[in-house]
Amino acid sequence: MLHIVNKSPFTTTSLESCLRVSKPGATILLIEDGVYGALDGSRVSDAVRAALADRTVCVLGVDAAARGVEGKVLDGIDVVDYDGFVDLVAANDGVQSWL
Amino acid sequence: MKFGIMVNEGPYTHQASDSAYFFTKAALDKGHEIFRVFFYHDGVQNGTDFTTPPQDDRNVVKRWSELAQEHDLDLVLCVAAAQRRGLVDEDEQKRHGKDGHNVAPGFRISGLGQLIEAGIQADRLVVFGD
Repeated sequence: MLHIVNKSPFTTTSLESCLRVSKPGATILLIEDGVYGALDGSRVSDAVRAALADRTVCVLGVDAAARGVEGKVLDGIDVVDYDGFVDLVAANDGVQSWL
Repeated sequence: MKFGIMVNEGPYTHQASDSAYFFTKAALDKGHEIFRVFFYHDGVQNGTDFTTPPQDDRNVVKRWSELAQEHDLDLVLCVAAAQRRGLVDEDEQKRHGKDGHNVAPGFRISGLGQLIEAGIQADRLVVFGD
């Protein structure tokens, strides 16, 4: 299952809910303002780091770069481009957007 | 693989329409099929031909129209959402006695059934919104 989070964890609880509900083996993709969830050293970093134990977390590189987040991403988070985004959608049986 | 795309947010609001556009383009470039792009709620504003953004800014509506023409895409505006927001094609103009019509090239107005069909026919339905 691919979970797409497009909201900042500092404005909504989408990421928090997604981390709570997503199952081991799932992939979480952070896009748009959701990329702030990939930041190291924030109040959600520990929860995201914990999820990396049994889930894959990716961030859309162009959106991270647009917000100055690139280079400050937690270790273990994969940076993908739109091609990678398409591959993630194709590789997962279902797609859930946390709008 | 066959993808269905749903866009629930208007242009120049946040980023949903841009994300959906770039995803659609990347999927087509990789050889995937886009079964349909369904515009719902404020997303129908992506289909108005009456926008004139500054020349040095991206033209979200025109960009969708051009992509549709290039790849023969089916861009569908939800009829109930369109009526509420002043998206009118020639048929709707006659039916409701409006002064003009504004559905951009490549877009058409239809019903929610088109979204359901996209959900059934496509291998994946990807939703973009706010």
